[in-house]
Amino acid sequence: MSDINNNSIKKILLVTIILCLLCSVLVASTAVFLNARQEENKQLDMEKSILEVSGLVENVNALSREEVFKLSAEKLIPALVDLRTGTFYKGSELNVNSYNFNDALKSNKLSRALPISEDPALIKRQEYYSKVFMVKNAQGQLSVLILPVRGYGLWSTLYGFLALKGDLKTVQALTFYSQKETPGLGGEVDNPRWKAQWHNKSIDLGKGKLGIQVVKTESSTDSEERSHQVDAISGATLTSRGVSHLINFWLGSQGFGPFLKNLKRGAI
Amino acid sequence: MNKQSSILFSPVVDNNPITLQVLGICSALAVTTNMATSFVMAVSVMIVTALSSMFVSVIRKHIPDSIRIIVQMTIIASLVIVVDQVLEAYAYSTSKQLSVFVGLIITNCIVMGRAEGFAMSNPPLASFLDGAGNGLGYGLILMVVAFFRELIGSGKLFGITILPTVNNGGWYTPNGLMLLAPSAFFLIGMIIWAVRSYKPAQVEKSVFKIAPQHQLMEEH
Repeated sequence: MSDINNNSIKKILLVTIILCLLCSVLVASTAVFLNARQEENKQLDMEKSILEVSGLVENVNALSREEVFKLSAEKLIPALVDLRTGTFYKGSELNVNSYNFNDALKSNKLSRALPISEDPALIKRQEYYSKVFMVKNAQGQLSVLILPVRGYGLWSTLYGFLALKGDLKTVQALTFYSQKETPGLGGEVDNPRWKAQWHNKSIDLGKGKLGIQVVKTESSTDSEERSHQVDAISGATLTSRGVSHLINFWLGSQGFGPFLKNLKRGAI
Repeated sequence: MNKQSSILFSPVVDNNPITLQVLGICSALAVTTNMATSFVMAVSVMIVTALSSMFVSVIRKHIPDSIRIIVQMTIIASLVIVVDQVLEAYAYSTSKQLSVFVGLIITNCIVMGRAEGFAMSNPPLASFLDGAGNGLGYGLILMVVAFFRELIGSGKLFGITILPTVNNGGWYTPNGLMLLAPSAFFLIGMIIWAVRSYKPAQVEKSVFKIAPQHQLMEEH
């Protein structure tokens, strides 16, 4: 009896519709109900890596949620930089607090596609405005400048922050908040010991060039040259190359190069 | 052993979904580089398998034959999305590491296999236990594989250093192969070998026999 009933078109449609309704209500209500907390998690994760790279706290993971939000609200000053002119953004259409480069990448007004010849970091599209964070000391002088960077490694785009000290030529730290490189090999970009060697490296390569060299061997004993060099990760040639490209791209003329020059001259 | 506990525990060793039925290998390869993610994955799969089997069983008498697979998929997919959302809200860092693999529970053969193979013809409670048991069996293998991969591959267990690695100033040179997916294949193969040596009843009969060579020669 039930067999004949079950396979009639009416029953099939009825079962389909009821099931779909129930399932969609379940999925939609979970998504809506948990959305606020998920957004907060993403935000928290981002603020944690900014605080870590800024050197303001020793161990970010020891802080509670509230402490992280409080500290970043107090200490981090966000600002939008126009990468084309190398100056701060003065317009009023964009809100610095809600600005997100991922959204900007979807709009032709706020970003452009990079031809392969101009795209060593393989990011495909670059935004016109970048959100940087500044930390000021008690005298109101810039003590740390945090720049968002990204570029392609071996399997994935690495997203991270490069923090420069107040002199704008010494590295405070580098950290990646999102990467999917091979665990244990390229994934070692997250290893604190590897990240530690970035501290106090100089990005000033002379003749107005900015960058860091990621090298395989200690090619030079010259301390001046060593001050721009970071050891590559063993077993992760392509990830190391990706890191090198992305740092040099973002510190170069297409990235924050003009902005850093202007800022150092006090022109802005 | 009474019937209910035998439904729950027989998939753990005797009828293990990975070692006997050889289902769910794909995710077993992907998430077992460390024990913490494997544990979360195992619990997620267990919840999804148990609940989806139960719901499929509840409506089994109303599911039209022609669309039964789609009906099962819809239920499984909804549950997986719910689990994924909950993880994203309450275990953010683990969910970041598991990334797409939680979503891929939908395609985990164990979940579909139990819904179609057991839940369609058994009452809800039994189906729930069967689903939970299979999740447990899957989780057990996952944890065993992850134990070896994490220990040998990065010298840690649950993220706690056991063997200090060279990269961190210790003496242990980790075996990089253990961090790559193929190592899970070798480990699962060895586990299947061990289980079948211990319980020869699980060894399958050969479907074909290779003809001995001298007979072929004689025919010429």
